[in-house]
Amino acid sequence: MPSPDDIVSAARSAFEAAASVADLEQAKARFLGKAGALTELLKGLGKLPAADRPAAGAAINEAKVRVEELVQARRGALAAAELESRLAAESIDVTLPGRHQSAGGLHPISRAQERIERLFASMGFSVADGPEIENDFYNFTALRMFPDHPSRSMQDTFYVADSDKVLRTHTSPVQIRYMRSHKPPIRIICPGRVYRVDHDATHSPMFHQLEGLWVDEGVSLADLKGTVAQFLRAFFERDDIEVRFRPSYFPFVEPGVEIDMEWERKDGEVKYLEIAGAGVVHPDVLRNGGIDPERYSGFAFGMGIDRLAMLKYGVNDLRLFFDNDLKFLRQFR
Amino acid sequence: MKVSVAWLRELSGIDLPVDELSRVLTMGGLEVEETAPVAADFEGVVVAHVREVAPHPDADKLRVAQVDAGTGSALQIVCGAPNVAAGQKVPCALVGAKLPGLAIKAAKLRGVESHGMLCSARELGLSDDHAGLLVLPPDAPVGRDIREYLELGDTVLTLKLTPNRGDCLSMAGVIREIAALTGRPAGLAEPKPVAATIPDAREVRITERKACGYYAGRVIRGLDPAARTPDWMARRLERAGLRPRSPLVDITNFVMLERGQPMHAFDDAKLKGAIDVRMAKPGEELKLLTEAWAEYIPNLLLITDESGPVALGGVMGGFDTMVTAATTDVFFEAAWFHPEAIQGRARALALASDAAYRFERGVDFAATRAALERATALTLEICGGRAGPVSEASGELPPREPTRVRPARVRALLGYDIADDFMGEAFGRLRCAVSREAAGFVVTPPSWRFDLAIEEDFVEEVARVHGFEHVPARVPRSSLPMVPSPEGRRSRHGLKLAAAALGYQEVVNYSFVSSQWEQDFAGNASAVRLANPIASNMDVMRSTLLGGLVAAVKSNLNRGEERVRLFEIGRCFLGEGPEDREQPERLAAIAYGSRLPEQWGEKSPAADFFDAKADLEAIAGASLELAFVPFRHPACHPGRCARVRAGDRDVGIVGELHPALQLKYELDLAPVLFELDCDALLEGRAPRFAGVSRMPAVRRDLAVVVDEKLPAGALLEAIRASVPACVRQVEVFDLYRGKGVENGQKSLAFRIVMQDTARTLTDAQVEEIVASVRLLLSQKFNALPRT
Repeated sequence: MPSPDDIVSAARSAFEAAASVADLEQAKARFLGKAGALTELLKGLGKLPAADRPAAGAAINEAKVRVEELVQARRGALAAAELESRLAAESIDVTLPGRHQSAGGLHPISRAQERIERLFASMGFSVADGPEIENDFYNFTALRMFPDHPSRSMQDTFYVADSDKVLRTHTSPVQIRYMRSHKPPIRIICPGRVYRVDHDATHSPMFHQLEGLWVDEGVSLADLKGTVAQFLRAFFERDDIEVRFRPSYFPFVEPGVEIDMEWERKDGEVKYLEIAGAGVVHPDVLRNGGIDPERYSGFAFGMGIDRLAMLKYGVNDLRLFFDNDLKFLRQFR
Repeated sequence: MKVSVAWLRELSGIDLPVDELSRVLTMGGLEVEETAPVAADFEGVVVAHVREVAPHPDADKLRVAQVDAGTGSALQIVCGAPNVAAGQKVPCALVGAKLPGLAIKAAKLRGVESHGMLCSARELGLSDDHAGLLVLPPDAPVGRDIREYLELGDTVLTLKLTPNRGDCLSMAGVIREIAALTGRPAGLAEPKPVAATIPDAREVRITERKACGYYAGRVIRGLDPAARTPDWMARRLERAGLRPRSPLVDITNFVMLERGQPMHAFDDAKLKGAIDVRMAKPGEELKLLTEAWAEYIPNLLLITDESGPVALGGVMGGFDTMVTAATTDVFFEAAWFHPEAIQGRARALALASDAAYRFERGVDFAATRAALERATALTLEICGGRAGPVSEASGELPPREPTRVRPARVRALLGYDIADDFMGEAFGRLRCAVSREAAGFVVTPPSWRFDLAIEEDFVEEVARVHGFEHVPARVPRSSLPMVPSPEGRRSRHGLKLAAAALGYQEVVNYSFVSSQWEQDFAGNASAVRLANPIASNMDVMRSTLLGGLVAAVKSNLNRGEERVRLFEIGRCFLGEGPEDREQPERLAAIAYGSRLPEQWGEKSPAADFFDAKADLEAIAGASLELAFVPFRHPACHPGRCARVRAGDRDVGIVGELHPALQLKYELDLAPVLFELDCDALLEGRAPRFAGVSRMPAVRRDLAVVVDEKLPAGALLEAIRASVPACVRQVEVFDLYRGKGVENGQKSLAFRIVMQDTARTLTDAQVEEIVASVRLLLSQKFNALPRT
C-alpha cells in the first residue's frame, strides 16, 4: 500500500497535469472518490493493530486535507487561466475611432457675438433687438438724418420697393425703440444684421453691427472711452490696447468721435485701426426717446462685429464669412 | 477733398511738416485719408532744350539728341522715346542724377556716348504715362531744376470730410481750421475790390428770397479768346483732382477751391435781360452744360433770364449760355443758396456737381462778394478785358443765433476738467462771437459754420480745439441694477449650441434672395421686394431660410463634401411691419447624406424624415410640447412633411425636400429639413418639483390593427386625452406591416406606463385602464386587437 505521503505527492502531480477543471475533477476522484486511493487507505485501517490505528488515521486525514487544498489551489489557478484566456479573446482594438455623429459648430460671427454679449453682460448690459426692415423715422429721422440731408449719403441704403421702408443701415434705430419703452438707467447692446448697398473685397451688403447705449445721470465721453477700452482689452485678451478719440460726425451724437484702437507698435510707430463710431447721445435723440436731456446724458457706440471677429481670429477676407464654405467654418469649432 | 501742401503753405505761411499737418488735421476731425507726394523722390533733373535729333547709327529704335541743359555745353544723349523732337523742352536727368532705382552715369549705348537721360512722366513718378518724354511748355527755363519748376516737392493730402464740415471744402476753410487747432494766426487776405472800368451791368433779381440769400453778378467784356490757363493754375486744379478746361471755367473752379464759393460763368452775349432766381414751374426743362437734360422736379431752383431757365441754381449751368472758346464777354455769378434749397436736388437729377456738393453742406454767406472780386481780378490778369460794376440782389440770409454754453455742462459731458478760460479761447480761435455772462458763455458761430446750433455742438468744439486725446478713459460708475434673467427663457446661443451638438454647422446667408427661391421654397409670389437690389438674383427679402440652406448644401457638395448638415438663425420677412410676427426670427436646419458620418462601426442609411424630426425635437427641448400634423409645404415632399404645432400655434415645418426641387437644384439625395420660429423655441420652463412616487410602476403593452392611413399621432393624442392622471406615459413602440396583418392595415403597439403617487395600482385598476383604451381605439378608430 502506498503511504499517505506518497498519495499526496501523486495527487500533486496529477493535479498539476490537469489542463481543465473537468480533468481536475476526474483526478480528484482518483484520490478522494469512493474508490479513491485515500478512501482505500481508510478502508484498510481496520486491518491495522489497534494501537497503530489512531496515528495512521490521523496521517490519512491529514493527507486528505492536503489533497483537498491542492485541488482548491489548482482549481483557482485553472479558473484564473480560463478567465485570462477569455479576456484575451475578448480584447478589442482600442485605437479604432469611437462611434460618432459629426461635429457641428457655430459661425465665427456667432462665436464673437456671444463673447461680446457675455463681456458686456458682466458690465450690466442687456441685449436688445429690433426689426431689420425699418421705417424711415427710426432709421434716419429720429436719429437726425433728415430727408435729403448729405448725412444720409454716408450710408448707401437699400429701399423696399413701393414703400417708405428701408433695410436698417445700422443698429442705431434700436436705441430709439428701446428708450421709448424703458427708463434710465439704460445699458444695452444691440448686435444684429445691417444692410448697405456696398459690395467689394472689404464691404458686404449685409454685415453685423454692435450698438451700445448707456444713458444715466452724469454719463460722459470719458465713460465712453473707459468702457470701450475695457471691452477691447477683454475681447482681444490684451492689456496693451489703448484707444484714441478723433472728432467725427454722426448726426445722432454730439460730440461725435471715431474710436481708433492701438493695434501694433512697429519700430516705434503705432498702428491704429478704426474700430467704432461713437459719441455723446444728441439731446434731440434723447428727446425722441422720451428722455429729458437736462437730467440724463448718455453715450452710444457702433462697432462691426465682423471686423472684431476678423481681427480676433485672423480672418483676412470679409467675404469668407458669407461664403458658407465648410472648409472655412470647420476651423471655428 | 484734395489739398496741395505747397498751395496751402503759399496761401497761409503755415510751415508745419507734412506729418504734423496730417496729424493736426486728422486729430481735429478732418481725417487725412491719404498722403501722396506728387512725384517720386529724385534729384539732378533739369529743364533741357532739345537742339537736334539724329538717328542712331547702330539701332533703329534709338535716337541721338543734342541738348542744352544749361550746363554750359551741349550734351549728347541717346534716347529711346518715340516722341523726341528738336525744339522740345523736356526733363533731362544729368550725369550723377538719382532717379527711383536708377543712378545716371555717362555710358556708351550701342557705341554712342550718352551723357544723361531724357525722362518720361513715369520715370519721374508723376504718372503712369510712359508713352514718351514729358514735353514741357516752350517757355520752361533751361537748366532750372525740374522739382522747382513743376513744384514736385509738393504733397497732396486727401481729406475725408464729414458732411457737417462743408466749411472745410476749400483751401481757405482748411487754413482757418489749422489756425484754430494750432492757435496760430493764419487766413486768406481779402481780395481788393476791382473798380469798374465800363458801365455795363446786368440787372439781377431774387424772387425766391428764402432759397437764395444773395446774388452777385458782374460783366467783363473784351476778353482774349486765345488766352490760356496759366500753368500754375492748371497745376493747382490738377492737384485738387479737377481737369483744366478753359480759362473762364478754370477761374471759377480755382476760386471755388481757394475760397469755397462755387461760381458760374455765363457767356454774357447769350443772356437776355435781367437775371432772376426762382423756382421751376411744371413742364420747364433745361439742357445742361453736360448736354444732359434736367426735367422738372418740385422745389428746383432756377436761374433765369428773359428767355427762360439758364442754369439750375447752385447745381449746374445750362448748355446754351455756357462760355465757349469764342466767348469774349462773360457774366460771372457768385450767389449764396440755402443748403435746404439745394439738398437732394443733384441726386434726384442724377448729377455730379461740385457746386451742389458745397451748397448742400453750407457755404460761407459772408464771402460771396469777395469770391467775385477774386474771379474778376484773375480774369483781367489772364484774359484781359474790362469789368463792369457788380450787380447785387439780396434775399434772406440765415440768422446767427447765439447759444448759451455752460462751462459746467461742458465738463460734465466731456468727463474731465477744462478751464473756463480755455473754453473762451477756443471759441475765439474758431472765430465765434463770444461774450461771458454769469450763466456761461454766449457764443455765436461764424458765417461759415452750419453745424453749431446747440450747447452740445460747442462742447464738441471745445474738445476739438483742446484735443480729444485729453479725454481720459474713466472706469464708469453707475447704478447697477442686476440684469433680469428669466429662467423660463432659453437663450439664442443655447439653441445654436443644441443644433451644433446634433452635428449641424451654422451658416450665415444674405437676407435678400432671388424671387425664384421665394417661389420655389415658400410659394411666395408677393415677397418684400427691394427697390435697389445689389444684384437681380438678390431682389427680394426671404420669407424662409430654406432656400439659402439648400444652396449652401449644393455649393459645399460642389466643393467636394459628401455629407452636409447646416443650420441658420435669422429673420424672415413676411411683411414690412416692425413686429416680430412680420419679421419672425427662425431657426432652420438641413441634413444631406447619411445619418451618421461614414465610420467603421455603423453602416448608416441616408438621414430621413424621422432623423430631422428627432433633431428638431431635441433642439426644441423638453419644455415645448410639440405635435406633428401632416402638411403640404411648397419646399417639401407632399407625403413627407409635417406642420409643427405647439399648443394651438403653428411653430414650424419639417419634411423631406420636394423631389422636383431636388431635381431642380441637382441634389443626388433628398435632404431633410426643418424650420421653426425662434420665439417658440426660446420659451422655456423653469422646473418645478412634483414629488417622487415610491409606488411601483406598471407597464402594459397594447397592440392594435388599424387602417394604414390613420396617423399614429391621432391615436396617441386620443389615448393621452382620455386616460387618468396615473398614466405617466403612452408611446408607440412598434409599427408592423406584413404577415398576419391585412393589406391596407398596420399594427401599432403602444406602451402604457401607469403609476400612482399614493398607492399601488391593483390589477383590476390596471386592467380597467387598458380595457378603456382598447374600447376607445375600437370605437373611435375602428381598431382591432392584434391577434
